[in-house]
Amino acid sequence: MNLNFLDFEQPIAELEAKIDELRYVGDDAEINIEEEITRLQAKSKALTEAIFSNLTPWQVAQVARHPQRPYTLDYLVRTFTDFQELHGDRSFADDPAILAGLARLDDRPVMVIGHQKGRDTREKLHRNFGMPRPEGYRKALRLMKMAERFKLPILTLIDTPGAYPGIDAEERGQSEAIARNLFEMAGLRTPIICTVVGEGGSGGALAIGLGDRTLMLQYSTYSVISPEGCASILWKSAEKAADAAEALGITSNRLKELGLIDVIVSEPLGGAHRDVDLMADRIRLTLKEELAALDEIPVDELLEKRYERFMSYGKFSEK
Amino acid sequence: MSWFEKLMPSRIRTVPGNKRQVPEGVWSKCDGCSAVLYRSELERNQDVCPKCSHHMRIGARRRLDIFLDPESREEIGEGLEPIDTLKFRDSKKYRDRLAQAQKVTGEKDALVVMRGKLLGIPIVAAAFEFRFMGGSMGAVVGERFVRAADTALEHRIPLICFAASGGARMQEALFSLMQMGKTSAVLARLSAEGIPYISVLTDPTMGGVSASLSMLGDINIAEPRALIGFAGPRVIEQTVREKLPDGFQRSEFLLEHGAIDMIIDRREQREEIGNLLSMLTHRS
Repeated sequence: MNLNFLDFEQPIAELEAKIDELRYVGDDAEINIEEEITRLQAKSKALTEAIFSNLTPWQVAQVARHPQRPYTLDYLVRTFTDFQELHGDRSFADDPAILAGLARLDDRPVMVIGHQKGRDTREKLHRNFGMPRPEGYRKALRLMKMAERFKLPILTLIDTPGAYPGIDAEERGQSEAIARNLFEMAGLRTPIICTVVGEGGSGGALAIGLGDRTLMLQYSTYSVISPEGCASILWKSAEKAADAAEALGITSNRLKELGLIDVIVSEPLGGAHRDVDLMADRIRLTLKEELAALDEIPVDELLEKRYERFMSYGKFSEK
Repeated sequence: MSWFEKLMPSRIRTVPGNKRQVPEGVWSKCDGCSAVLYRSELERNQDVCPKCSHHMRIGARRRLDIFLDPESREEIGEGLEPIDTLKFRDSKKYRDRLAQAQKVTGEKDALVVMRGKLLGIPIVAAAFEFRFMGGSMGAVVGERFVRAADTALEHRIPLICFAASGGARMQEALFSLMQMGKTSAVLARLSAEGIPYISVLTDPTMGGVSASLSMLGDINIAEPRALIGFAGPRVIEQTVREKLPDGFQRSEFLLEHGAIDMIIDRREQREEIGNLLSMLTHRS
């Protein structure tokens, strides 16, 4: 695979380039090429481990937005089987920035809903860079309610820079669409597991992100505002995005410490894009495990616990 | 500086802006029509310009004072105070920003809640203080809102909330985002119990507050010409690279697009909301 290396991965990129070169010269060299390649590969792996064990929040944000980062569709065909996409909000349109439909998690039918980004320019535009409009959230809500009726668990995959800031989105009630989902998700009588697989961008993420469990892939991010947005407002300069990322605490580790998420799904060395199959499988296993735990809880108790969970968010002092 | 001003010797140059300054306290200038208004007259008129009906922004306490009957008011959740869990620091420390906002407004945080009466009907009313860090929603705002709703639930009385907010409070990071879920969840309970919730959107109501508690009223009401939306107009302009239509994201625009039920002049809100509540709660 031709990997796109990020800035901070340059030392790895150089090593990998060297390995490639060695492969080219392969036959006519006198030294034992294979041995050298193995040695360099081990070195590359050690280097990757070293770099990835110590990423700054801003570097994590780069991994979460990596051009080869697996998107919802990549998981839909690996983590799940029999995916049947369902379209439309029944009142205005179908929003390609949110994918939703029935699928099986091993044998069990589930409702999967996720943001979808595009890979090439055409698809990026088609998917609106994963930024939903109100009809996307309303489609999600329609299908969540359907899942409730047919007693299917709801599994959401979150990966969006945020809800679309556009004229049409405002006209059709972006605020109301998000608010309505939050309102309804609090009371859906079926287990909900939300997994942040890439970018968890603010209200646009939360609108399919409230449930009984919140999972995050190791190098995904979840934040009230993008580091760039925060930097340009509070520091008056988008250049300070790295500082903002640090202050906002957007990484899975930090959010787990703060008690805002439940489970971190570890990623393959170098990030999910290095081994999509492995990542998809880990997600499958984690979802099964979490779902099994939620199955044990009677639905009234589940809702009570979900409510308590929401009420527990935020710390303050009281005199 | 124009060529003419450059030619002028500095001693006869006047600093623009100074000459029309209005002495503080006695006179106020209307932000809508620039009319100079007698402060006490404006106050009698509930901070609505008597000339052009422009609704000025008002503080949370004044809002509740205008709205509630004078007797039997009781504040809820006043003991709650924000803490800086994340030790957040941008160009300033969050702690310092809080201290500054508390000093300027005299409030502990950006939401004030009171139990009281409206034309004799027992209610719980909440109001955002926009001058407190842009009325942003953090943990204390979320918790006070929940306590307002819980009081409404406990006594089975209506809840009214006056929103004025830039959205979630960045300095509380993801905690503040979660307040959207928290406040929406308690409103779902209110709704299930058949307790009326009326949301009044005032200038401005944006972002996370717009996309949670303030759009979830059984009845959504706006004040005239208030800016209401999810994304800020500048962000939208930068994204779509076109000029925004006239009146975009104003109350009248929202009414036209079906996002709110009605626009009510501040001076008529007591009467009209009282009337709506009496019908929703089957009073004569």
